Amino acid sequence: MSAIEKQRHIIDFMLSSLWRRKGKNLSLVVVYTFVIFLLASIMFFSHAIKKEAGLILKDAPEIMVQRLVAGRQSFIPDSYADAIRKIKGVQSVSPRLWGYYYDGQNGANYTLMANDDLRDWPGDILIGKGVTLRRATATDNTIIKKNDSIPFKTYDGAYLMLKVKGILPAASALVTSDLVLVSESDFRKIFSIATDHATDLVLQVGNGKELSTIAAKITQLYPDTRPILRTEILRTYDAVFDWRAGVIIVILSGAFFAFIILAWDKATGLSAEEKREIGILKAIGWETSDILLMKFWEGAALSLSAFLMGILAAYLHIFLTASALFAPVLKGWSVLYPDFRLTPFVSPYEIAILFFLTVIPYTVATIAPSWRSATIDPDSVMRT
Amino acid sequence: MMQRKSDIFFIYLLAGMLLAGVMVIHAGVRRHLDIPLLNQRAEIVRVLGLTDLCLFTEARYTRHPSMADMGTPFQDHPMALEHFPSGAIMPVPPHLIQRTPK
Repeated sequence: MSAIEKQRHIIDFMLSSLWRRKGKNLSLVVVYTFVIFLLASIMFFSHAIKKEAGLILKDAPEIMVQRLVAGRQSFIPDSYADAIRKIKGVQSVSPRLWGYYYDGQNGANYTLMANDDLRDWPGDILIGKGVTLRRATATDNTIIKKNDSIPFKTYDGAYLMLKVKGILPAASALVTSDLVLVSESDFRKIFSIATDHATDLVLQVGNGKELSTIAAKITQLYPDTRPILRTEILRTYDAVFDWRAGVIIVILSGAFFAFIILAWDKATGLSAEEKREIGILKAIGWETSDILLMKFWEGAALSLSAFLMGILAAYLHIFLTASALFAPVLKGWSVLYPDFRLTPFVSPYEIAILFFLTVIPYTVATIAPSWRSATIDPDSVMRT
Repeated sequence: MMQRKSDIFFIYLLAGMLLAGVMVIHAGVRRHLDIPLLNQRAEIVRVLGLTDLCLFTEARYTRHPSMADMGTPFQDHPMALEHFPSGAIMPVPPHLIQRTPK
């Protein structure tokens, strides 16, 4: 009998043996698949969103300079920009005007930002996809369209009607959903900000290696400022999604441990029926190595099935159903949450880790107790 | 005509691996197709000078975590504790933790 034929016979027998205890084995595969599905979903989601955040924010400003007054961010005078511009290595300094606006009609917060392209268009605004929903209610799906007007309450209680000149592309909702771009004059009218002040400064630096040196020079020149580097922005989003994956894993850890105990119990403790089966096989001439091979195939069949079904279901869940299960956790309380679809960045390294943490331990755990039973005298095993 | 259980088992494993392969190919194709979209988003970030993803809009420090300052936990009044729900799933940016005096 060839080696392949022998393996096939062992697999035939193993499958019949599994089928005899189908209730127990099927329920184990279902729970096992679900656990791998959850772990793989968390891994796929956090890896894809970290990668996407990194790609989107790779062109964020190199250095931002904020001014702190009494420990809080305050408006920065133009004179700071003039002095910072003279620091060697700084290519350009542009003031940014931005802030938050609470819309009483729907209880949402918008990010208002002055935009250079609207400088000659006072009274016009560009809005993000989320802002178009400000009139929508549970029963009314009215959305804001081009040329509609939105009232903005100014600092003195008066209302400023601004006309929607355009809507920012839906594809950019991940960064622009709550954004309202206004002209500089309208921004200053709404918030009453002096013309020689800005929210913060954006710097362009010629040499990326000089970023921290320039940041140190800025704090030396103006001790009341706080430079923020692009690398810090990118690290923030790595930390955000690592943290979120960690939070979900902690919440699910009870279920994971329950499964580990169930799987360990199933894999390491042989039932009396299984022990008798091993005894009979030994008595009719099976070698210990054949029994270990059968148990190896049994563990591999169960864990490989669960692994393949689990990662496929996780992929469908994250990338084809837009993380339907995690969406409520992410959406949370934000009224204007962007409707976005993740690009499937799948890391083979993480899939390999999941494989080695799930399939290998289970397969090995099924072999050990069988080896103990297979080495005992068949007669005594059958009598127990 | 396949009669043996091992044949069905191998076909099942092969189908599973084939589907996993299709998954990897699908991810690759989608990544390729999404390049213009990702570039468009990156371009908007560059042109508008944006700094953060729009994930939570309820509090300024969860809307723009990278711009948050050290006064964030006490934003309402001295001794006030940070209380927005999204603060629980939006951690403090690493650069703020490093700057906190020990």
